[in-house]
Amino acid sequence: MADMNTWQQFWYYMSENGAYVLSQFTRHFLISIYGVLIAAVVGIPIGLFIARNRKLSSTIIGIANVIQTIPSLAMLSIIMLGLGLGVNTVIVTVFLYSLLPIIKNTYTGMASVDPNVIDSAKGMGMTSFQRLYMVEIPLSLSVIMAGIRNALVVAIGITAIGAFVGAGGLGDIIVRGTNATNGGAIILAGALPTALMAIIADLVLGAVQRRLEPKKARS
Amino acid sequence: MATAQPIVQYLDVNKVYRGGNVAVEHINLTIERGDFVCLIGTSGSGKTTTMRMINRMLEPTGGQILFNGEDIHKKDPVKLRRQIGYVIQNIGLMPHMTLYENITLVPKLLKWPEAKRRAKAESLIKMVELPVDYLDRYPAELSGGQQQRIGVIRALAADQDLILMDEPFGALDPITRESLQELVKSLQEKLGKTVVFVTHDMDEALKLATKIVVMDGGHIIQNATPAELLQHPANQFVRDLIGEERLIQARADVTTVGAIMLKNPAVITPGKSLPEAIALMRKRRVDTLLVVDDNGYLKGFIDVESLTHQYQKSTAVADIMQTKLFYVQETALLRDSVDRILKRGLKYVPVVDADNKLRGIVTRASLVDMVYDTIWGGDNDNGESGNPAPVDQEPAEGGGVNE
Repeated sequence: MADMNTWQQFWYYMSENGAYVLSQFTRHFLISIYGVLIAAVVGIPIGLFIARNRKLSSTIIGIANVIQTIPSLAMLSIIMLGLGLGVNTVIVTVFLYSLLPIIKNTYTGMASVDPNVIDSAKGMGMTSFQRLYMVEIPLSLSVIMAGIRNALVVAIGITAIGAFVGAGGLGDIIVRGTNATNGGAIILAGALPTALMAIIADLVLGAVQRRLEPKKARS
Repeated sequence: MATAQPIVQYLDVNKVYRGGNVAVEHINLTIERGDFVCLIGTSGSGKTTTMRMINRMLEPTGGQILFNGEDIHKKDPVKLRRQIGYVIQNIGLMPHMTLYENITLVPKLLKWPEAKRRAKAESLIKMVELPVDYLDRYPAELSGGQQQRIGVIRALAADQDLILMDEPFGALDPITRESLQELVKSLQEKLGKTVVFVTHDMDEALKLATKIVVMDGGHIIQNATPAELLQHPANQFVRDLIGEERLIQARADVTTVGAIMLKNPAVITPGKSLPEAIALMRKRRVDTLLVVDDNGYLKGFIDVESLTHQYQKSTAVADIMQTKLFYVQETALLRDSVDRILKRGLKYVPVVDADNKLRGIVTRASLVDMVYDTIWGGDNDNGESGNPAPVDQEPAEGGGVNE
């Protein structure tokens, strides 16, 4: 082992522990996804609601902003006090961090729909609900998607810290590497897949977001 | 009475915005079926507010609005709006829907079957002279003018009888605007729709409207046909809105020949002798005499040339009278007559009434008066017979109206 350089050690680690890395990769991904999905389920309706009730928007977005300013390690520790060690604490943390980009983007997306389109939709006799699902949501979907994309990339980073509260995931490998002497290769085995996951998530959701954009002229 | 029921009626309608801003006050207005009503006024005159209360985009704070005799306040606003076409200035097509989906949106809300919607969309898009395959395109692929054409037919798609238009062509260039104005006017006439049209452009209103409602400060100042409005503006505000230039132009459009003719042309009866005719010519200083019979019917004319040629042979006016004579009706529009006088190079035109009785004469000199009034804005005092020589040559030729 000692005569190999860091990269050789890295590939050696990966070939010996590939299955373990993959299982942690999956676990890491699922923790992030669950947190973001729950945030989307909660955050999108909140965003739609404050878009219709503009007076509440500054309060709600203000609260989400405050949550965002808490350092992630501190947040994990605080939530750990309530939920104890384990995966749930991380999912809740991811959820809280994802709320702001999702609520904010939903609100922005709704607010940026051309008021003339809303006016003519109303004037043509669409009910409030029809306006929402036939006009406003389709037109703001790409902006909402951008919020989810943003949230997911952040979530992957937060989940890596989740190893400190015993949630597992790729952070676990990184922590293992920092504890070992000459653990550089092990750190890489945890960090590179994390980075790769974030990049792929960003690219895939970026493509989805572009597909959801309202149709433009194709000349 | 049921058939003659007005489509929209405002009964003492008020609209006060929160904070006490009065938008409109005491609006009483009846819109008849088939009318093209233009609401015109400056910004803040309440014209858009007045229009938007019809489909309950705004709620009046007082009074009643009847649509087909029913109080709209008692109707479901969603159902009401589906019966009323709505076109706004910024077009407001759904950018994420194809033109087909845009046009058939209201029919879809009304749950028309697909085949009927498709047929309707195709017939409508043909009406605005766009190719049928455009139905699958998205609004962003069209020019502004084409988009507003779609906006207009979208408002017709569910066979709405009443169409509301809020400055629909304000954002378009003049040429596109004109073609859309013609389109809307012809659609309205062809389909017998009632249109309520908000504009601040008097040319547009005069061109399109059958009724023009002038508004200022939340009140209706005048409600009249375009011709009435031009002839009898209610007050200075209306005059200013129309503009002096248009009023003067309109004078030629609506002034009849009778209004500017001279009422005492030099006339002679057929039985008079030639020396008498010459004496009369000298006295009136004219070279032509109109010949009328004892009852005042126009028979012809004699001029000084035929008089000198035939002086030896003939004795009575009737012998040398020329009967081929161009004349105009008293009620004819001046605009048309001026054209003829100038084109034919006539020095004068006799004016007759419906029975062919001589009423007066229009000379080049009276045209000069008209031109003078138009340019220098003098009072329109034609008809007062300050000018004794209806066929006087000097002022007519000096007037520069030749060719």
